[in-house]
This record gives sequence, structure tokens and C-alpha cells, in this order.
Amino acid sequence: MNSKKWNTVATGILYFIAGVMILILAFLLIFILWNGLPHVSWHFLTTPARSFQTGGGIGIQLFNSFYLLFLAMLISIPISIGAGIYLSEYAKQNWLTSLIRTSIDILSSLPSIVVGLFGFLVFSIQAGLGFSILSGALALTVFNLPLLTRNVEESLNSISESQREAGLALGLSKWETVLRIIIPEALPGIVTGMILGAGRVFGEAAALIYTAGQSAPALDFTNWNPFYIASPLNPLRPAETLAVHIWKINSEGIMPDAAQVSAGASAVLIIAVLIFNFGARFISARVYGKMTGTK
Amino acid sequence: MQNYSADDKFIRELDPKDHEISISTEDLHVFYGDSEAIHGVSLPFERFKITALIGASGSGKSTYLRSLNRMNDNIDGTRVTGKIMYRDLDINSQNINVYEMRKHIGMVFQRPNPFSKSIYDNITFAPKRNGVHGKETLDELVETTLKQAALWDQVKDGLGQSALSLSGGQQQRLCIARAIAMKPDILLLDEPASALDPISTSTVEDTLLALKDRYTIIIVTHNMQQAARISDYTAFFHLGNVLEFDETSNVFQRPKITATEDYVSGRFG
Amino acid sequence: MHDDIKDSLLKKSRATRSEQRGRIISLTCTAIIVLIVVSIFYFVASKGLATFFSNKVNVWDFLSKSIWNPGSTDSHGSPQAGALPMIIGSFGVTLLSAIIATPFAIATAIFMTEISPNKGYKILQPVTELLVGIPSVVYGFIGLSVVVPFVRHTFGGTGFGILAGTFVLFVMILPTVTSMSVDALRAVPRYYREASLALGATRWQTIYKVVLRSATPGLATAVIFGMSRAFGEALAVQMVIGNAVLLPHNLISPASTLTSVLTMGMGNTVMGSAANNALWSLALLLLLMSLVFNLLINKIAKRGRI
Repeated sequence: MNSKKWNTVATGILYFIAGVMILILAFLLIFILWNGLPHVSWHFLTTPARSFQTGGGIGIQLFNSFYLLFLAMLISIPISIGAGIYLSEYAKQNWLTSLIRTSIDILSSLPSIVVGLFGFLVFSIQAGLGFSILSGALALTVFNLPLLTRNVEESLNSISESQREAGLALGLSKWETVLRIIIPEALPGIVTGMILGAGRVFGEAAALIYTAGQSAPALDFTNWNPFYIASPLNPLRPAETLAVHIWKINSEGIMPDAAQVSAGASAVLIIAVLIFNFGARFISARVYGKMTGTK
Repeated sequence: MQNYSADDKFIRELDPKDHEISISTEDLHVFYGDSEAIHGVSLPFERFKITALIGASGSGKSTYLRSLNRMNDNIDGTRVTGKIMYRDLDINSQNINVYEMRKHIGMVFQRPNPFSKSIYDNITFAPKRNGVHGKETLDELVETTLKQAALWDQVKDGLGQSALSLSGGQQQRLCIARAIAMKPDILLLDEPASALDPISTSTVEDTLLALKDRYTIIIVTHNMQQAARISDYTAFFHLGNVLEFDETSNVFQRPKITATEDYVSGRFG
Repeated sequence: MHDDIKDSLLKKSRATRSEQRGRIISLTCTAIIVLIVVSIFYFVASKGLATFFSNKVNVWDFLSKSIWNPGSTDSHGSPQAGALPMIIGSFGVTLLSAIIATPFAIATAIFMTEISPNKGYKILQPVTELLVGIPSVVYGFIGLSVVVPFVRHTFGGTGFGILAGTFVLFVMILPTVTSMSVDALRAVPRYYREASLALGATRWQTIYKVVLRSATPGLATAVIFGMSRAFGEALAVQMVIGNAVLLPHNLISPASTLTSVLTMGMGNTVMGSAANNALWSLALLLLLMSLVFNLLINKIAKRGRI
């Protein structure tokens, strides 16, 4: 076969494989949404789960997922911004900085089950938090920090050095310059990274099964006192999330309609991820427009 | 490029009795890592005069200018030795509050670098951080500085619009306005017109001439006509040394050093 | 004459204090992350090494024996902690899924960068991005409801096993490897391609002989990164692998991986017992492997730069 023919054949194969790639995504999405969406109803989204009988919902798990996400982001956002600033603005090129970068690299590549087990050992057992929202949020923070930090660092690095010089030349400290000039300009990138991070956290399960736990006790949605045991806000109660729930009902086999509930829950999870994905693009575009537009 | 001897130089002395010196350097060396970019430069800068720093690219004029308000501090591996005398203090020493110092020695850069904020906020941002408050005070500050920078008439109706919507020349004059809003003693300008078209360049030059009775101005420029047009003194930099420093008319019409003559007559550069 | 400005140059100001505060805050945040990493290593290692120091399991036995019953002891009186089945399971699914995913990912990446850099890229880029975002339990659930029955009908057996795990991991790492491969191919300078095409090479020859060759380090990094994800994935694999701690006879007999045993076992053992320590040894092995993957990626990246 001559080279011309090879060229045609190879191109054909590449088209085929790219097509397969699209088919895989289409299949995944259609499978989940086709099987899941019929089960998603207001009732499904708001009622508690049931064992040994059909008709349970995912109300508590859904709430838990959002609450955990909120707490995890609350802890990890400030830390990652601080560390991102350090790496992009203060870190000198020396062994200490390369040590810091290496540890962040290692942390980001750790399997999430290892993070979960570490959280189990340190937060649940040693710190006495037990299976609780708080241990879960801390484990998710560990899981989330390296990527957020790197995103903050990269977003800050993308802002021109001349902006920093402008601030410094006016007698501002480096810190003021970063906080008041560089961060606002880097905000679209930072926010996009945060939302994508939130999407990752929302779907994470392995880091949570031994920290936030695998049970979802009934909640009293009329009592929002965080110290009350059945309060939705109580940070010390165990809290199975949506992702953990999908895993749990599939590996336990005590829920008769596990397949339907999993499909519904997966659909909700996928839709949430889609919303995070599109939200990231949308918000970053908006923030950007606001900043460069008129006051 | 020819190699001119660094021993063959002419530095005009300014007698403190007749000339009030705003800032001066004594034997200033700048090192980037192991390489020496400035080889011991001593220069005086007279108050309310414009001093131009000229020389080919790589001659060290920008590096020298940036050491005057210690902007080089922020570059890893840079070391500056020697004295920078300002108000009887060596500001090149550890115990100097650089943030305070930079308020009095302002700087305008080669590329216009306004903040991506409104025109109004660009000017009031730093003063506000330094305790200037009250709408009237700030409004007045914005008006006077924009007038001094010859930008007021063009932007007075759109102070809220983004500074990034201005043209390059307007942005650069905004940066000058932003720098003088801090009421500095000295204004350092690093090739402020090199990124601008000829018309914007001439407005910026006019602005500088108008500012000279209030500020001591030190300007790095690549453009010899510009130096000849606006400056009172000129220092000629060559490979990290100042080979000639004199009144501008002397430097351009009666240079005492061959290297200077070759440079200002366009034989290299 | 008194000079206020001169005085102010010698005094601390608001800016000095803010700078100090900023340094402390940002350094503290960084130190927290480093501390977390150090303590992960410390805790996992101290627990994981207990098997060898307190429970006197021979390291070589741990790595090479295939009987996993750490709750009971063998004839020498040390726990039966032979991790070989899980090690084989983990490496098996990792290598197999990487072998299948690599050609797919690289081919898709070539399509996106070389064949159809405008239209194809615009369609496939969000596709890969979306696939990366799908949570792993969803992959596990699909594996359970589609892949396992498919394997059962086609190849017999229960359907659970290394083959099902491989399929799930293949789909899981495919988008990651693809998007990293795209980055690697895009980093090849345009003039390489132009030079090759100008010499009369066909597009395929250019891709094969010029682009792929100069992007090799980047592509290798992408594949190893995918492998490290596959190796560490817990729940999706656990759901389809069958969870039998036995040496797998074939690709369709129930098996287990380091992560699946950890996932199942940690809740059923008592902290500090030999059975529990043995699980931590698996976690330590997992941690070390992720270090090895990391090291490999750095090595390749460094060599690629020179």
C-alpha cells in the first residue's frame, strides 16, 4: 500500500475512533438520564430513603451532599487562596518551595480512598469526631486543597507582572496589591476553578464512606439549631451523601428498588455535575464582563 | 557596537549651593545573580528639573532607574549595593520603609498599566488606602491630577468607565495622574512613550514639561529627540556605566566623550 | 528643619504591617497543606508498618503469598497476610485498562489536534471535559448494570471480575488521558508539521513520524497519569470486581484489588488488630504506588524538557 492510501485509511480510523468517543459519552448520558429521570420526582428528591421496601427517596442524602459541599468549600477556599498567593507571590526559587510544590503534587495524586482512610483515622477516631459531617468536610478539604491551590496559583500567575508593579510603585504592600488588585483581576479563573472543584467534591464518595459515614439518620427539618441532634445543620451527625448512597445501596442489596433508586440518584448527580460545569463557564464569563465593563 | 573605555567619562558636578539635589546615587552597583548590570554609578538629580537617561538597549538605564525606588527588590536574585541619598537618608538600606519611600518616589512604566477598574478608582485607589477620605476631597484629587496629566477634558464625563477602554496614550497619562495623586517628590518614568504613537507621545511630553515645576522628573528614553526636547540634564549610559552626564544642550551639541558623540549622532544604538 | 517625610521613612507603617500579616497568613495556609501531606504519610506508614513490626509479618510474604486471612495466624504464629491476589488484581485492571485506553485516547487526541482541529475539537473538547466530571460511583453503577451483565452473557461466569473492572476503568480514564494527550500534541510546535508537509510527507506520515515522536514524553505522562488514577480508584472497581480475595484464574472470575479490599474491610475490623493493621499495609502500598507514579511522571517531564 502506498503512503497516499495509508493516509486515507489512517484518517478513516481516526474519524471512527473519535466517533466512538462521542458514542461513549452519548451512551453514558442517555443511559443514566433515560433510566434515571423517570424516577426523579419531587417526592423522590424530598423523601428519606427506605430499606427493605420500595418507594424511598434521596431527600436527606441530597441535603447532606450540599451541606458537606458547603462546609468543605468554606474550609478549603480560604486555605487554598492563602497558599496559592504564597506560591505565586512570595515563594522564592529554592529547595523549600520545590518541597512544597512536590507535596502538593503528591497530595493531588493520592487515591481518594487513602484520603478517606486518613480522615477516618485522624478526624473520626483520633479527634473524636466520629462519622460526622465535620470529619467528612475535613476529608473533602484534604482532597480538594491541592487542585484549588494550583488553580489559584495559576490564575494569579496569569495576571501581568505590570499590574503588581503598578501597585507596588504606589507604595502599597505586596499583600495589599495582591488582595485588592491581582485577585479581583484573577477572579474569573479562580471562580471557575472553585466551581469545577465543587463539582468534583459533590460526586466524591471514596473519601467519605469512612468519614461522613454511610448512614443518613432522619432529620427534623423544623429545627435548625446546629446543636440539636436531629437538626439538619448539626455538624456532628453522620451524613451519607448522594454519591455514597449510590455505592451503598448497590453493594448492600437490601433495597428492593436499588437499581431504580441508583439510576434516579445517578441522574441527579450527573445533572448536578452538568450544572456545575456550565455554571463555571457562565459565572466566569459574567464576572469577567462585570470587571472590565462599566462600573 | 564598539567597546568604549569606561575610564573615559565626564560627569558634571552639581554644586549643592546652586543646585538643590532631590535624589542622588553614590557608587551604585546592581547585580543579577552573578552578573553585574550596573558598575558603580554616581549621579545627582536636581529638584524640579527633568533628567533624561539615554543609551542603547542593555546599557542599564532602566535597571538603574528601577533601583531608585527599589523596584528591583522584587526580582529574585537581584542585589543593589552603594548609596541612594534622599532627604539625607540612604534609602538603599534595610531599615528604610520601602512602601513609604515609594509614595514619595513614584513611577510610570513602559507599557501603560492601569488597573482594570474605573478611571476614578484608578486614581483614588492608593490615596484611599493611605487614609484620604471624603467624596469631595477625592473628587478634587481626581480633577486636579487628571488636569495636570492633561486628561481631564477627555474623560471628565466618563470617570466611571473602565480605564481599559481608554486609548494607549490616555492610559499612560492616567498612569501619570495615578502616580501624582500620591503627591510624590520625584517621578520616575521608564520609557513612558515607547509604546505610544507619535501624537500620544507628544501629549505625554507636554504633560511632563507642565509637571516639571512641581516634581523632580527622571525619565529613561530610547528616543534622543525626546531627551533633547524635554530634559534639562542628560546621562548617557553605556554597558552599565554612565559615560557622560551634563546639561542636555551640552550632551547633544558639544559632547565631551567620543562614545556619547557616536551615540547621539546615531552611529550606534 | 524637621522633616516628617524623613521620619516616616524610618518608621513602620500600615503597609509594613499588612505585608507582615500577609506573609504570615499565606505561609500558614501553605504550611497547613504541607503538614497534611506529612501527617498522611506519618499516620498511614505508622499503621501500615505495624503489620511488619508488631505483627511480625514478613514483608516478602506480604507481597508474594496469596492467602489473605489476616485475622488468623499461620503455622509460624504470624497473621496470614498474603496480598498477592490484590496486587495482581490492582496491576491487572490498571495495565489492561491503560492498554485499551491508550490507543483510543491518543487517536482521539490526534483527531482533535491534527485532523479536525476546529470542528472536531469544538465538539470533543466539552465531551471529554464532561466525561472527566462524571463521578466514579456513576461509572461503578453503570458498570454494575451494563458491563457486568454484558460480560456474563458474552463470556459466562458471574460477570464480576477483572474484565468488568477493566472496562469500567477504561471508560473512566479515557477522558483524562485524552485531554492530557491533546495538551501534549498541541505543545508540538507548528513549524515541525509545516516542515514535514513541505518535504512532501502525507498528513499521516507527518503525524506518525514527526508529531507523535516529539510528543512522546507528554503522551507517556498522560498514560501514566491515567494508570495512577486507575490504580487508586476504589468504589467503581469495588462494585464490579467481585470482591473475592483469591488469585484470579481468568479475567472473568471474581477478584479484588487493593482498593476494593480496603473499601470493604476497614469498617469490619477493630482498630489496632492484626486484621486492621494488614489493611493499613495495603493502604501504605497504595500510597507508595501513587508516589512511584508521581516520580515517573516527574522523570518523564524532566527528560522531555531537555
